Amino acid sequence: MCLAVPAKVMEIDGTTARVDMAGNVREADLTLLPEVRVGDYVLVHAGFAIGAYDEETALATLRDLEEITRASGDEGDAP
Amino acid sequence: MRDDVIVLAHGGGGTLGRALLEEVILPELANDALAELGDAAVIESPGGRLAFTTDSFVVKPLFFRGGDIGRLAVSGTVNDLAVTGARPMWLSLGLVIEEGFAVADLRRIVGSAAAAARESGVEVVCGDTKVVGRGEADGIFINTSGVGVVREGVVLSPSAARPGDAVIVSGGLGEHGIAVMSEREGISFETPVISDVAPLWGLVDAVLSTGADIHVMRDPTRGGAAASLNEIAGASGVTIALNEESLPVSAEVSAACDMLGLDVLSVANEGKVLVICPEAEADRVLSACRRHPLGDRACLIGSVGESRGVDLILETAFGGERVVEMPYGESLPRIC
Amino acid sequence: MSPQRLSHDAIDGLVRRIEGAIDRVGRPVRLMEVCGTHTMAIFRSGLRTVLPEGLELVSGPGCPVCVTPPAYLDRAIAIARLDGVTIATFGDMIRVPGSAGTLERERARGADVRVVYSTTDALSLARENPARRVVFLAVGFETTAPGLAATALAARREGLENFLLLAAPKLIPPAMEAVLSGGAAIDAFLCPGHVSVIIGSSAYDQVARAHNVPCVVAGFEPPEILLGIAMAAEQLAAGRSEVEIAYRSAVRPEGNARARAVMDEAFEAVDAEWRGLGVIRGSGLALREHLSAMDAAAAIDVELPSPSEPEGCRCGEVLAGLISPSECGLFGVACKPETPVGPCMVSSEGTCAAHFKYGLASGTHGGRS
Repeated sequence: MCLAVPAKVMEIDGTTARVDMAGNVREADLTLLPEVRVGDYVLVHAGFAIGAYDEETALATLRDLEEITRASGDEGDAP
Repeated sequence: MRDDVIVLAHGGGGTLGRALLEEVILPELANDALAELGDAAVIESPGGRLAFTTDSFVVKPLFFRGGDIGRLAVSGTVNDLAVTGARPMWLSLGLVIEEGFAVADLRRIVGSAAAAARESGVEVVCGDTKVVGRGEADGIFINTSGVGVVREGVVLSPSAARPGDAVIVSGGLGEHGIAVMSEREGISFETPVISDVAPLWGLVDAVLSTGADIHVMRDPTRGGAAASLNEIAGASGVTIALNEESLPVSAEVSAACDMLGLDVLSVANEGKVLVICPEAEADRVLSACRRHPLGDRACLIGSVGESRGVDLILETAFGGERVVEMPYGESLPRIC
Repeated sequence: MSPQRLSHDAIDGLVRRIEGAIDRVGRPVRLMEVCGTHTMAIFRSGLRTVLPEGLELVSGPGCPVCVTPPAYLDRAIAIARLDGVTIATFGDMIRVPGSAGTLERERARGADVRVVYSTTDALSLARENPARRVVFLAVGFETTAPGLAATALAARREGLENFLLLAAPKLIPPAMEAVLSGGAAIDAFLCPGHVSVIIGSSAYDQVARAHNVPCVVAGFEPPEILLGIAMAAEQLAAGRSEVEIAYRSAVRPEGNARARAVMDEAFEAVDAEWRGLGVIRGSGLALREHLSAMDAAAAIDVELPSPSEPEGCRCGEVLAGLISPSECGLFGVACKPETPVGPCMVSSEGTCAAHFKYGLASGTHGGRS
């Protein structure tokens, strides 16, 4: 069971970053994701950044689903 | 009672607190006024009805974004009187202070309490101060008891909700709990969220003055709206259904709840009131709230229906439905 | 963040896709959501009330609180009772029953038990309290294990000798294998989104191939879960058994190699006991030799009661996907959220707790008309 929240990297200081989760700012450890840069989105779990998060892809997935629904009235193929 | 020791959750306003009340405390103290279990006791007196309530405050940290224990101690008791339909008149202020506590901090706290009292038109007419040795109290604990005069003709009771009623909240949920938790050791984070702690008599008076037929009012403190509405539904023998998309929750509170694994419905509020009234009165109540600075984000969040065997249901934003149960009593930040 | 709102039309569209796929399969479909966070998300969004007939969601063993055996809790409790020891733990573990009692009760009796949100908080406790031994209850899956590893290595670098781990992290793919070999009839898996961020979707190739089950990695927002279910159902309808990613914003086939390397530096795979599933080969993590001084189980000697499961408790079978909670005789009678007997009812996200709450919503089982 793994709660992880998308967050935007605001500042990096060595292996620690300040990340913003919709206005709430916390520190996250970057040991597991050293190549991250300011402005990137990451998933934060138990105080660690565990992976990159691509918000564009998330939004695109939703958009695709809306499109498929509009385009066809019945079952479509997997996106 | 299945425990022989008190655990933190006995004080959390949830199911264990209820068990402690019903199995250990009430049998000793049984009387009609206490049995009602409203936020304040309403007592007939030759001059009309009085409301009388008490609360103790042990918030940690003492000073938090948006307020402090002093403001909380006055607002909490004023609000318990207010939601009983009573104009708050007189408060007592009891302090238990730990040896070594800074006088400057004490001054600040008492100052906040005094300011909150002035805001609500209430007088602190008696008090008490005790000091205990270093390490024997966590800084300061405060108790306030309050007396108010119930408005003529107003009868508010947690058992008065009826099918067909509307459920209204005066503004954004979860602000106090998140603000306090954000400064708790171990899970601190920076947030723009500030506590909503405020005395609400002005707002409540405005709603009552519309003349609308109000059935229930409640301030959703510990245990949040979930605890209050579960209690009301249980006492009234109805099922309350909330609409998730209608719940007023700021983006920051929502994100903080996600981060901590909390349900915003179970997070404490200290400056909000729930109002349950017949649906036909809802617009009048909403207008009155919105005209008041403390109620400008008031909205309709649900409705009361015939009992379906559960107390509180949420119609989810996703189009589904789930039960909202009484919180256990201690909001633990979860990770797994 | 992303507005995870899907129009009602699009939700209907997905539900129809699932319905169509189940029709083509021609029989009821059993989909296991491995991860307890999925169980919780499904429950909280009311997604079950939206799903069509013919699709059964079975909850799996992906709840570290639920699968922690009583012996682990017994050891944690025994250690908590010692002088000069601080137990640091994630919140969920506080109410899990050992053979007799919980950490919550021990705290009430005077034990120093602190809830932490991140592993680094536990490290801070050790740093700030040099006179106390801080024992961190290191449980979780592959999402959490790399952070546990990083913390252990940091403690070693700093020379923090008063920081110890009671280590029992567990691995998901071996548990999925064990569920299938245990006889549970599962047609497809909804794989955990955040575990997969670390291990990559390729970690499920073996399970998919060997057992011919589709494995779809899904996110945690309701639309993402629904999409994952649709993709799994469509694979079944087409007779495919592949690993697919429905959570492309966060999961890649290769996962996070750096995180796995850190995990590997501190931990090695060992056989581990899962409550209800028994011992699963290579399914747990233990501290490597070079960190053995940090192992609380080895370093701290305590007497343990003989481990026992509560009488009549069938959490094990629930976790293995063999029975649904309502088939347990204690469910809703002796075992309820306020009076939990087994761990599946303790955790507010445990399968039995979720089913108990959901089951009370009248008239809305199974699907929409």
